[in-house]
Amino acid sequence: MQFPGRRKKLIGSSQNDLYDHCLQFYGQPPLENISLTEFETFAVERLKLLKTVENLGVSCVKNSEQYTKKLDAEISRISEYEKRRKDHISHFILRLAYCQTEDLRRWFIQQEMDLFRYRFNDLHSKHKTDFLHKNNLKYETVSAEEKKSLQDKLIASSYGLSGTKVEEHDVYKVPFQDALDLVRTRKVYLLAGNAYIPHHEIVTIVLNDFRTRLSKALAMTARSLPAVQSDERLQPLLSHLSHAYVGQDYSIQKNIGKISLEQIDALSGKSFPLCMRHLHKALRENHHLRHGGRMQYGLFLKGIGLSLEQALQFWRSEFVKGKVDADKFDKAYAYSVRHMFGKEGKRTDYTPYSCMKVILSNPPSQGDYHGCPFRHSDPELLKQKLQNYKVSPSGTNQILELVKGMHYQLACQKYFELTHNVEDAGFSLNHPNQYFTESQKLLSGGRDIKKEVDMSQRSQENPASVTRPSQANSKQIFLDEIQELSDPS
Amino acid sequence: MPTSDYDPACLPDLLPLYYRRLFPFSQYYRWLSYGGVSKNYFQNREFSFTLKDDIYVRYQSFTTQNELEKEMQKMVPYKIDIGAVYSHRPSQHNAVKSGTFQALEKELVFDIDMTDYDDVRRCCSAADICSKCWTLMTIAIRILDRALREDFGFHHLLWVYSGRRGVHCWVCDDAARKLSVAARSAVAEYLSLIKGGEETVRKVVLSDPIHPFINHSLSVVERYFCQYAIVEQDILGSKESVDKVLALLPEDILSFPVNANYSIKKGGQYFDKEIMLQYCYPRLDVNVSKGVNHLLKSPFSIHPKTGEKEYYQSNLLYTLLFKRLGAVGCLFFFFSSSRISVPIDLKELNTFDPFEVPTISLICEELERPRADEAEDDDVKDKENEQEAGERRRIRDYKRTSLAKYVKVFDRFLEAMARSRKGEMLQKSDLQKDF
Repeated sequence: MQFPGRRKKLIGSSQNDLYDHCLQFYGQPPLENISLTEFETFAVERLKLLKTVENLGVSCVKNSEQYTKKLDAEISRISEYEKRRKDHISHFILRLAYCQTEDLRRWFIQQEMDLFRYRFNDLHSKHKTDFLHKNNLKYETVSAEEKKSLQDKLIASSYGLSGTKVEEHDVYKVPFQDALDLVRTRKVYLLAGNAYIPHHEIVTIVLNDFRTRLSKALAMTARSLPAVQSDERLQPLLSHLSHAYVGQDYSIQKNIGKISLEQIDALSGKSFPLCMRHLHKALRENHHLRHGGRMQYGLFLKGIGLSLEQALQFWRSEFVKGKVDADKFDKAYAYSVRHMFGKEGKRTDYTPYSCMKVILSNPPSQGDYHGCPFRHSDPELLKQKLQNYKVSPSGTNQILELVKGMHYQLACQKYFELTHNVEDAGFSLNHPNQYFTESQKLLSGGRDIKKEVDMSQRSQENPASVTRPSQANSKQIFLDEIQELSDPS
Repeated sequence: MPTSDYDPACLPDLLPLYYRRLFPFSQYYRWLSYGGVSKNYFQNREFSFTLKDDIYVRYQSFTTQNELEKEMQKMVPYKIDIGAVYSHRPSQHNAVKSGTFQALEKELVFDIDMTDYDDVRRCCSAADICSKCWTLMTIAIRILDRALREDFGFHHLLWVYSGRRGVHCWVCDDAARKLSVAARSAVAEYLSLIKGGEETVRKVVLSDPIHPFINHSLSVVERYFCQYAIVEQDILGSKESVDKVLALLPEDILSFPVNANYSIKKGGQYFDKEIMLQYCYPRLDVNVSKGVNHLLKSPFSIHPKTGEKEYYQSNLLYTLLFKRLGAVGCLFFFFSSSRISVPIDLKELNTFDPFEVPTISLICEELERPRADEAEDDDVKDKENEQEAGERRRIRDYKRTSLAKYVKVFDRFLEAMARSRKGEMLQKSDLQKDF
């Protein structure tokens, strides 16, 4: 008989005891004091790690050798204790930033689950069992005799199980309520209310547990958030974190003037992502776009290389065809175009929106054409649109499946692959301008465009950046790391 | 003698009698209280009633057994459904802050309906059943009962004949009542093998390796298949039905190797097993089992058979008889074939005959037959207080009817649960004492 109540509590224990396992369920929040620098650095580093997890999950098959090797390379080499402490603290900081909306929570849970799965699979078998016991998971291992007597039944129920595997590896006895996915599909042996789960499948069960716990925790965190947000030191960082785009931001214009206005119509069909193609079409048809659309499209055009003069001409010529005469345009709209280029007001050089930003902020309403069509369009309309753009029915279905699974950027990537007739896009889509650049690269047949990112020109008022002006050194290191991340190898 | 066409006319007369003297209220209350372990379990239970003229009322709840009796005798429901145990009294759900009134627990239930087998039975269709197709229910009960007990570890299952064309299963274990929607749906899907509707010809697809659950189910089906499908249903008896069987096989079947066990297998496919399963394996409605708040017909409710001809054949005759003989007298002349929804004794499953299940008019009639030992009971009556006397009378009453043996099955079921609860409490107190 087991008495789960009797556990020794470790109070004020030595360093080693607090982080005695490399993996944890994040049940208890950290209780120490840390500096603001550490707060920020830890958070950003974990965010980068999660973004890497996301990108790798998109470009490789999860848990394949390639995936594991790449993820291994990303985890830095510092002392085990430091690593674990950082892991612990950074996770909880990110909870604060990502608990606020359904979309953020979903993203965070997905990446944390993928990271956890990678790390769990990496554990030695003994450590896996240690982890289960330490976390009160009522998963007993089945005795050797019982395994032998049930051997045939186990092999007939579980995928990929052979006689030797049953003998050599552990089989876990789990209450069936904790293994619903396996029960539902009848991929497990059931006896007396217990599911008999072979070692290689226990991770699914553990992951479900992880997801449930994290989901509940995030809901609770959201409720306590107002108290945290009232701290002025933390509030700006947390709000930036959830929209942080850690990659090339296309703020520095390259190839200015290389695009002529006459090319835009053709380019919109060939090299624009669906959102921008949609916006361009709407602009041409209605001779007007609302603010959200003007921002999203206008900044994109800036990013592909339109100069201010070109942009003004472009917008004016289109608006004038509609209800706006030249005078009104100059009075009302020209200002905002110049504003986009940083020539008015705060003189902030706005950066073109990343996919994250387009998907997560400012959802379109009636009369709007901005946003991400994969996220914001009704699937039926999306299907029609894709068919109009001559996407094959099977391709359309693949895209719709991805949309159903909420993988909007992957759906756009698939759209890229289908419209450019390639098997593999060869990049992880994060930014509409990235789509454009990659498309142009593909169509012109090679790496013509050199990547020049002028570090010194990165504007300090850049709202997408999370650096602080006062920490020049760490900023430089940070920027270096960003550069590494955004360079597709 | 006039027959079942008079159902609707009779029920208003028979039902009050049924609820006053025959419905086993004390066992019913005992069941739904579950030993009083959870506070307000009975009080927070939803019932729904279908009244005369098809008026349907939900969110009925009662605080005591007495109140339940009084209300049922007053409202005289034609049909009773049992729903979930909620967070508050269902009858007061409007007074509760929106969002906080929630279904918390309910038995895990299964509904097997004979109409779902219409594509594979030749003897009857729709709501009709006969002894030939009843075997399907026997097979369903055997397969599901084994699986729920052996695979899922449940112990307290109440199988009930729905009164007309199917059976229900109420899984009453503590763990079952606490299952989430996801868990219920997972259990139902685990138990489902027949996939596809009108459009699908081949509804069962098996592949290697065959899960132990399917093997267990197959051994049950194989026991009954020959007698049921070949003899009774005569599926090879006409070209039309032979074609239906052949439609489940691939075109080049004749070239398949037949192995030593005489099973037809090609590339990991088991056509003979699939055919047997398609004809016999239980078909359950996942939606009934999924919802925590789903309402299901109550045991001991009657099945109001709604006839097409709802008229008094002879208004005059009826009025005359009623005046002369009273309501009870009419019973001798009018029959209702509305059967009672009764528990099934699995020990006698092979001999269970749905046509033997008592109808409401039968038991009402049995009630009126004079009894030899009625005299001594009257003495006892005087000594006790009225309520107890009423109850004792009721217990004596149903025992005089064909309902008795079914109430006994129910009693045994309740006993088993009570014993099990006692065992658990002893275990719990042992644990505590050890500290």
